[in-house]
Amino acid sequence: MAKYILQRTGYMIITLLIVTSLTFFLMKLIPGSPFNNFEKLSDVQRGILLDKYGLNEPLPVQYFNYMRNLVKGDLGISFQFDNTPVTELIANRIGPSAQLGLQAMIVGAIIGIFLGVIAALKQNTWIDYGSTFIAVVGKSVPSFIFAGLLQYYISVKLHLLPVMLWKGPEYTILPTIALAMFPISIAARFMRTEMIEVLGSDYITLARAKGASRWQISLKHALRNALIPVVTVLGPLAVSLMTGSLVIEQIFGIPGLGEQFVKSINMNDYPVIMGTNILFAVLFVVVILIVDILYGIIDPRIRISGGKTK
Amino acid sequence: MEKVLQVKDLKISFHTFSGEVQAIRGVNFDLYNGETLAIVGESGSGKSVTTKSIMRLLPEHNSEIKSGEILFEGKDLTKLKDKEMQKIRGKDISMIFQDPMTSLNPTMKIGKQIMEPLIKHQNMSRHAAKERAVDLLKLVGIPKAEIRVDQYPHQFSGGMRQRVVIAIALACNPKILIADEPTTALDVTIQAQILELMKDLQKKIDTSIIFITHDLGVVANVADRVAVMYGGKIVEIGTADEIFYNPQHPYTWGLISSMPDMDTHDEELFSIPGTPPDLLDPPKGDAFAPRNPFVMKIDLEQEPPFFKVSDTHYAATWLLHPDAPKVNPPEAVKRRQNQFAGNAPTATLEKTGQSQFPGKKEGK
Repeated sequence: MAKYILQRTGYMIITLLIVTSLTFFLMKLIPGSPFNNFEKLSDVQRGILLDKYGLNEPLPVQYFNYMRNLVKGDLGISFQFDNTPVTELIANRIGPSAQLGLQAMIVGAIIGIFLGVIAALKQNTWIDYGSTFIAVVGKSVPSFIFAGLLQYYISVKLHLLPVMLWKGPEYTILPTIALAMFPISIAARFMRTEMIEVLGSDYITLARAKGASRWQISLKHALRNALIPVVTVLGPLAVSLMTGSLVIEQIFGIPGLGEQFVKSINMNDYPVIMGTNILFAVLFVVVILIVDILYGIIDPRIRISGGKTK
Repeated sequence: MEKVLQVKDLKISFHTFSGEVQAIRGVNFDLYNGETLAIVGESGSGKSVTTKSIMRLLPEHNSEIKSGEILFEGKDLTKLKDKEMQKIRGKDISMIFQDPMTSLNPTMKIGKQIMEPLIKHQNMSRHAAKERAVDLLKLVGIPKAEIRVDQYPHQFSGGMRQRVVIAIALACNPKILIADEPTTALDVTIQAQILELMKDLQKKIDTSIIFITHDLGVVANVADRVAVMYGGKIVEIGTADEIFYNPQHPYTWGLISSMPDMDTHDEELFSIPGTPPDLLDPPKGDAFAPRNPFVMKIDLEQEPPFFKVSDTHYAATWLLHPDAPKVNPPEAVKRRQNQFAGNAPTATLEKTGQSQFPGKKEGK
């Protein structure tokens, strides 16, 4: 197991290197520079600024400098936010995004898996159709519509929860629900399909032949086997939720990563773009590793071991 | 001998998009204590459906028991609720399935899968159940059972897995064991081992076996009695000797002729021409008539009743009617009939109501 994780970490570093390099060069293709304010800055001033931040150097040199700093753990400083270090900017913003994403993911996975399971157990009944309906709505209606509806009915009309901002647990409920609709629909759809397939398999018939009850069969035999493909989809989805949904953060005024990221792209704030992107990439590869380890826990056939022997 | 199971006039249909498929069209048989009854027939003849209905394992959404009774210990299994049926499944009646590669849960340890019925039906503690699981693995001939009990199915070969499935089926010492083609998916040497194991275990644990197969070689090896099914009905039933050496139904003749034996040399292996009947629209007369080389007019008009050949041997074919012309069975069958000790008894039309095989339309 340790050997496996070590090996995977090696691959992860290579992946991150490629992602970082690609992002760096692609980012430089965006026209303009961070100092585009022609009204306030003279040509000379801009020249000095570009020199100061090393942006006049040839691209390969800039790349080499960036990578050298990156290895030392230095992500650089932001151009737009008063020379704040990028690490600090991200650290300040990641909390709300991660919390919101995690909450949405947990709620989404639990409700989605539950809906999928009962839809499969009560196939072709109104429960099944209801669950499918929720899944279709969750997948096809954009989250900002849910956000707007929730704000209007729950907050404005019924005064149950705050409309927006990020000041405490009660503020997180509405954005979590709005953001969870997508994972709910994904989990429900996958779970239903998988459960139906698993429930039709021979070992389920054998479990019935042993005298197991419906619930025993669903929970002890079917669920675990049906979860494998669902975990595959939900892992990467969790990352994209955790790293911030721009729209939801904007609507609810949540000080998260998404908002900052888009602003940085508009401003050509290269270090922040790079820093945020590297964070996304790291989260992604780590989650994929976790998903792979989870596979092994769920399914002994793909259990990872150091060598051939167990 | 005591009857452990009685199946009476069982009719089962499946509702499909193209209509009602009458998979079982009136099946009667008894299972006696300690015997092995083989049910043979080609794919689609209804042998699996019959036994799945005994376990009530047919898909609920499209299958329907139209009529009939399945009597077990005074209870009609067709009338039981699923809760009551759960108490019988795995305890009194258990089942071995065709494909050992898919019939074990891949994500659950072997031991836990064997322990399940023990904990459920015999209220054993986990510890006791695990000990019993190890004993069962030893019983079915799995070496190093103490280690094997904590392994997963993918660490077992096909034959080993089938042994595990047998161990699960025998966990609670069932009164009836249904084996649905238990050796079909295994290669020939493993088949022989599994058959030996089953025969051996039947002696140790006093249980009756219903053995479904389409392999007559296997039947000869294990069965005390044989029921031949065709088109959703039993067409001939008798002791293994009677079916093998004195078959009466033209379909049984066809089956036996298509079995290669030591006497078959260069000639081409026989096969029954034609295809099984469409049970969406079952034929009016004898379902086998279109494929029967000895077909008579009445075969197309009326279903044959059961004719009694001996006290244990019945066949549903008009050829046994006293007025029917004498026909020459195929060579392979004649060879066998000649080996059969004593003269073949003459058939009589069974008229008594107490017969377990009442003809539906008696007489002509």
